[in-house]
Amino acid sequence: MRGFAILLGFSLAGVLLHDTLHLPLPGNVIGLVLFLAALFGKVVKLEWVEDSANLLTSHLLLFFIPYVIGAVALIPFIGHNVVSIVVGVIGSTFAVLWVTGMIARKTAPKEKEAQERAKLSA
Amino acid sequence: MQNFLHDPLFGLTLTIAAYVLAKAVHQRLRWLHPILGSSAIILVVLLLLGFPIRDFQGEVGMLTTLLGPATVALGVPIYKHRALIRERLATVTVSVLAGSITGIVSAGLLVMATRGSHEVLLSMLPKSVSSPIGIEISKALGGAPELSVMFSVITGVLGGVFGPAFLYKVGLRDPVSFGLAMGSAAHGFGTARSLQESETAGSFSALAMGLSGIVTSLLFVPIYIWLG
Repeated sequence: MRGFAILLGFSLAGVLLHDTLHLPLPGNVIGLVLFLAALFGKVVKLEWVEDSANLLTSHLLLFFIPYVIGAVALIPFIGHNVVSIVVGVIGSTFAVLWVTGMIARKTAPKEKEAQERAKLSA
Repeated sequence: MQNFLHDPLFGLTLTIAAYVLAKAVHQRLRWLHPILGSSAIILVVLLLLGFPIRDFQGEVGMLTTLLGPATVALGVPIYKHRALIRERLATVTVSVLAGSITGIVSAGLLVMATRGSHEVLLSMLPKSVSSPIGIEISKALGGAPELSVMFSVITGVLGGVFGPAFLYKVGLRDPVSFGLAMGSAAHGFGTARSLQESETAGSFSALAMGLSGIVTSLLFVPIYIWLG
């Protein structure tokens, strides 16, 4: 339960910061940044949180189900913009997948370089 | 009967049971993604009980609340893969920046090309980021926050369900490119799916999700100024 308490604490701190400072990021993401800072700063030890974190992240999809049901409930309100929405969402999603993935691969270090670096650091 | 349906235990039990069942079905029917299976089960049960679908999200507040600590928990895979992330920092930055710009521009152009309404256009622009960020941006732009949430969820489901097959087809199988693409395009849904692929893919996806949220928020600042 110590892990859960820590994760909940950072999540709450993120929400508090979001509300008081009116940051343009959601509390969840602010909490994640704070939590990473605490891990890197060795304020929080990995073994304190690892089990709880693994439990939550391995079932991450579960927490999205309510949002999917909420989205389904809004379908009747789309009206005559169906074509725009379908084309926009599908086209843009695959465009982002392709552009991000391709650039990531193009900028990845070449096999040889990676091996050289591994040799040097070994 | 009505009181029973409004007990928080009803929504929680139904959602978790549907999730477990959908995951078991997914073992047999690989094409039926658990997010689609579980949502279908819940919708059928709600329809049979005559429960208004619109009210369901409010009934499972505990699950939506737990999304907070679950997002924070993504710091663990990021931290565990910090050495590889540090080595690929240039790749992460450039690809996430390009992906965020692509998301905004392509959504805008496609909605304009298909003559969508101005409200749909403004609500669609921030669709690649997770809904809490999308809501903030949409509100500031003058879009409809409800539409933004819906677009963000559809994007997530679409990317999470069909993204992996697409990425495999175009030859993006290495965990770094796979994770970055999934996290940039389909935020939390993409990250959940990437974690099933491998912890490395999951850590890069979580990183891309967080970074694209930050980058997209910043990219909209000049757009606000331009719109006045």
